[in-house]
Amino acid sequence: MFRKLHDPGPQAVTIFIDGRPVTAELGESVAAVLLRQQEGWSRTTPVSQSPRAPYCMMGVCFECLVEIDGQGSVQSCLTPVANGMHIARQQGRRSLSA
Amino acid sequence: MRPDIVVIGGGTVGAAIAYGLACKRQKVLLLDGDDGDFRAARANFGLVWLQGKGLGMPAYQALTRDSIALWRGFTEQLEAETALDLAYEQNGGLAFCLGEQAFEKRRLDLLRLHNQRGDDEPDWEMLDRSALERLLPKVTLGPDVAGASFGRRDGHANPLRLLAALHAGVLHHGGALRHRARVQRIERSGTDFKLVLDGETLTAPRIVIAAGLGSPELARQVGLDVPLRPERGQVLVTERLEPFLPLPASGLRQTSEGTVMIGATKDHSGFDVSTTGEAAARLSRKTVQIMPALAKVGLVRQWAGLRILTPDSYPIYAQSQSHPGAFVALCHSGVTLAAFHAEDLAAAIAAGALPERFSPFHQSRFDVPQAA
Repeated sequence: MFRKLHDPGPQAVTIFIDGRPVTAELGESVAAVLLRQQEGWSRTTPVSQSPRAPYCMMGVCFECLVEIDGQGSVQSCLTPVANGMHIARQQGRRSLSA
Repeated sequence: MRPDIVVIGGGTVGAAIAYGLACKRQKVLLLDGDDGDFRAARANFGLVWLQGKGLGMPAYQALTRDSIALWRGFTEQLEAETALDLAYEQNGGLAFCLGEQAFEKRRLDLLRLHNQRGDDEPDWEMLDRSALERLLPKVTLGPDVAGASFGRRDGHANPLRLLAALHAGVLHHGGALRHRARVQRIERSGTDFKLVLDGETLTAPRIVIAAGLGSPELARQVGLDVPLRPERGQVLVTERLEPFLPLPASGLRQTSEGTVMIGATKDHSGFDVSTTGEAAARLSRKTVQIMPALAKVGLVRQWAGLRILTPDSYPIYAQSQSHPGAFVALCHSGVTLAAFHAEDLAAAIAAGALPERFSPFHQSRFDVPQAA
């Protein structure tokens, strides 16, 4: 659906989405990277388990929640990528430990 | 329909009484207030709770116990009639103790309550930290948690669904329910009561005043002086989490939907239902002391409601002497006592007299004796 228009060059970092390495560019948000993936969804809802993807991209809709480095329900559109970051798509209700 | 009885107040207390009366084939009209009114029933925490209650008032301890004994059957009937799930669970309940001193104090408090009641088998016990850890395998407790008291009969339910089910139950049994029906004046009309509402008048031979903090003004008009004061309770709720807390605690419970409710403050701020940042901080701090992992969980809402408190905090159940047929029912534990209100209290009101066991709850206990 979405694709990166330019090569990040030296700004390239690697983050992991559900364990899979993905190239990202410093300065972009985790949500932007998620939208470029084959699998379009980034979480399922706690109520109906329907799949959701980043939507407003400005921190108000809370559709883009994912687990980042062990912390659950993080707004991925407000989180810039960092090298080695681990992202997990959040399925339904998060657990207390994540 | 000319009602046999009008219940003024569509909160959990009034609705439970109206439901009970409707089940007993009384023609009931339940009058609910307005969204702008103080609605304690919509701010409730949802505990169905026994442990720690009734010190200095054995009759209240007994009343609470009786209501909890009725709760399961009461829920099953309501659920069958209304197809609503009340999410009632009775796996016992906890009161966490921070520090050894608090643990010992809790033990002594519950022992005094136990001794007040008599020599029955205790239905509570003190759990030390390791026993508590075995009971809560998915929780890492904070370092200050010394243990908890465990009440075997305690539980919790969804208080909003309870209210909705009671309203639906009234209709199911042929009763009527009206919202935004504020009673402005009560007058005597022969042996009947005339209720003056905005633009209309209702007549009924019997009335029940269960209008929470709006009750004193109405009760005065039928010769009952009911002293009440508001006590604000603020509650926080988190995002939905995987189940980790298998039983509720005083001030901390995970609902069937997965949210965690955290409460509740006891503020003396008059008739003010605003929330405060100070309370949110205090409740969060206390909770994180018990379960540090909750610090990383998102809060989604904070709200406040006003408890209906009598001078000794115990309920008032009374029939007017000057205006027989007018009853008043007021309390702050409307969820726990709902089963009792729907069964025993409604039966007594239907029969026209409150039996002797209700006498400790008459409002005359607050009357100041004339000086000699």
